[in-house]
Amino acid sequence: MTKTTQKYVYTTKKGLNKRVVENISYQKKEPQWMKDFRLRSYEIFKQKPMPTWGADLSDIDFNDIYYYMKATEGPANTWDELPENIRETYEKIGIPQAEKDYLAGVSSQFDSETVYESLREDLEKQGVLFCDTDTALKKYPDILKQYLATLIPPADNKFAALNSAVWSGGSFIYIPKGVKVEFPLQAYFYIQMQNMGQFERTLIIADEGSEASYVEGCTAPVYSSNSLHSAVVEIIVKKGARFRYTTIQNWSNNVYNLVTKRAIVEEEGFMDWIDCNLGSRKTMKYPGFILKGKGAKGEVLSVALAGKGQHQDAGAKAIHLAPYTSSRIISKSISKDGGRTSYRGLVHVIPGAKKSNVYVSCDALIMDEKSRSDTYPTMKVKEKDVSVQHEAQVERLSDEKLFYLTSRGIKKEEAEGMLVNGFIKPIIKEIPLEYAVEMNRLINLEMEGSVG
Amino acid sequence: MLKLKNLTVKIGKKTILHNINLTFQKNKIYAIFGPNGSGKSTLAHAIAGNPLHTLSPQSNIIFNNKSIKKLSPDKRAQQGIFLSWQAPLSLSGVNVFQLLQIALGSKKNPLALKKEIESYAKDLNINTELLYRSLNEGASGGEKKKLELIQAAALNPKLIIFDEIDTGVDVDALKLISKFILKNKKGKTYILITHYNRMLKYITPDNVLVIMNGKIVKQGGKALADKIEKQGYDIFKKSKS
Repeated sequence: MTKTTQKYVYTTKKGLNKRVVENISYQKKEPQWMKDFRLRSYEIFKQKPMPTWGADLSDIDFNDIYYYMKATEGPANTWDELPENIRETYEKIGIPQAEKDYLAGVSSQFDSETVYESLREDLEKQGVLFCDTDTALKKYPDILKQYLATLIPPADNKFAALNSAVWSGGSFIYIPKGVKVEFPLQAYFYIQMQNMGQFERTLIIADEGSEASYVEGCTAPVYSSNSLHSAVVEIIVKKGARFRYTTIQNWSNNVYNLVTKRAIVEEEGFMDWIDCNLGSRKTMKYPGFILKGKGAKGEVLSVALAGKGQHQDAGAKAIHLAPYTSSRIISKSISKDGGRTSYRGLVHVIPGAKKSNVYVSCDALIMDEKSRSDTYPTMKVKEKDVSVQHEAQVERLSDEKLFYLTSRGIKKEEAEGMLVNGFIKPIIKEIPLEYAVEMNRLINLEMEGSVG
Repeated sequence: MLKLKNLTVKIGKKTILHNINLTFQKNKIYAIFGPNGSGKSTLAHAIAGNPLHTLSPQSNIIFNNKSIKKLSPDKRAQQGIFLSWQAPLSLSGVNVFQLLQIALGSKKNPLALKKEIESYAKDLNINTELLYRSLNEGASGGEKKKLELIQAAALNPKLIIFDEIDTGVDVDALKLISKFILKNKKGKTYILITHYNRMLKYITPDNVLVIMNGKIVKQGGKALADKIEKQGYDIFKKSKS
């Protein structure tokens, strides 16, 4: 990739201290409550220990990271308003193309600040709010104040605290009562500079009876030193609403990807996480849902691929708080060239959550002797009147299947790609077509070994 | 067109085929008979290039005047060798149409290919939906064999080895399969591996070979097949000693 130099209007110094946090808030001209929230979060961050489980994070040097950079003077509303170098970057990753097709809206995070976003007029007419979270703080402060950090408080974990202290950008979505958005809303996140931290904060509210979906893609060029991506995503799914959140993560292999994602689902609501993790050096991510209302449903479909030097520690969290709730967790992981995947899951059913259903299935495909896969399922089922099903399977790539395909004239690498794509197909068929095609292409590239 | 020279094949430490020398002519049909465990499938897999089979240094496989001994299975397939599997594998998330598209690359346009394989499916009396479902998942024995034939027909190779295409198949399916094989015969060499005579009611081989304990013990014409049918493989055991 040729390197485009990006001009930043404002950059904080490397490292993190109280001054930096205050400065971020000052630069953004935030209200006092947000500044206080950030400072409070920073204190929590300092106190919280690093997680002692999951991926090894001892390499992260919090003092070697830029926490905030401002790329332009403010979000641009049309494509042409964007500075040329940013436009080039976006064109490289195919954003305008995707938008020209039938995507409902684009909101792209260019490092810290969202610089481009658009929303189809019909969505605006329906009352759908979709903007970056910084803009939302200015335009809809009451909604933010009401919901932000209610699902993932700063004290949830060290990285949630960090995000709360230094967050920038991310998406804010509000779908009004009964509104159904047919096409996926989408955002693209992109780390541009080395030693950069990206801390987007996403808040989504699907009001009663509404339906919508959101797709985020993540990518970064390869740099010599490590970057940190630590996002927080909170989703409120109200009574009878349905929301689907799809992630295609293909960070370069020196990004630490430590993300907290959680949804709360009210009566008869449905939350669906589709989480595809291809890139990054280490990922720790367990999209979760709290099934709060009677009959609420939640689903996590997750795919992880770990190649050389990568550890994908991914999974799901399902909390059943009400009767007739159901959760479905399907995880498929692939490890190759010495990579490591772990499934880590928690299912918690409280007493009284009667007639609830739990289904967990995790399959691992191990491509060679050097690679590894582990499963860490935790089930806390405190109610007797529930149905719980758990399946786990580990398979090695079959030589016989490879021979079958190669005996048809297909190259070994292509055959591997076909088998891996076949393995994850039950999940990939759930994501929008253009992303599914992209996923298959990325998998094939991984199999050919041409992607770092 | 195909010559096996001193072909000795091991799987792991066990030698399965011993010093086989055979020549297969263009356009002919060969039937290879042998009891279970005689090495018939190993012979088929060795020709197709199964990487788990080890050939002795003296062994050689010549296809169209070139040694293919060191070629990977995909290269052998591209030169025109096709193996129809005895027990075709199930592949999750991979269907026949997609498999053939990838195998053929730019040689055939996808729409033409789609039309072509759908017409084969019709000839073989199977539901065209099977072409777009995970390969062989939930398919019957007969359907699996027919899906092998469809792949063979679309790839249009020069040599097809049918490894027990007649097992696990009922009489009606066998008739259809035989008819299909003959219809698409033009310019091809066939090796039919079988352990009983059923199929030869419909297809008459030019040559019959008998393999036992990893060795070719007898060669002959159609009459040899009839003899096996009547008297079983024991006659060869006696003649050997």
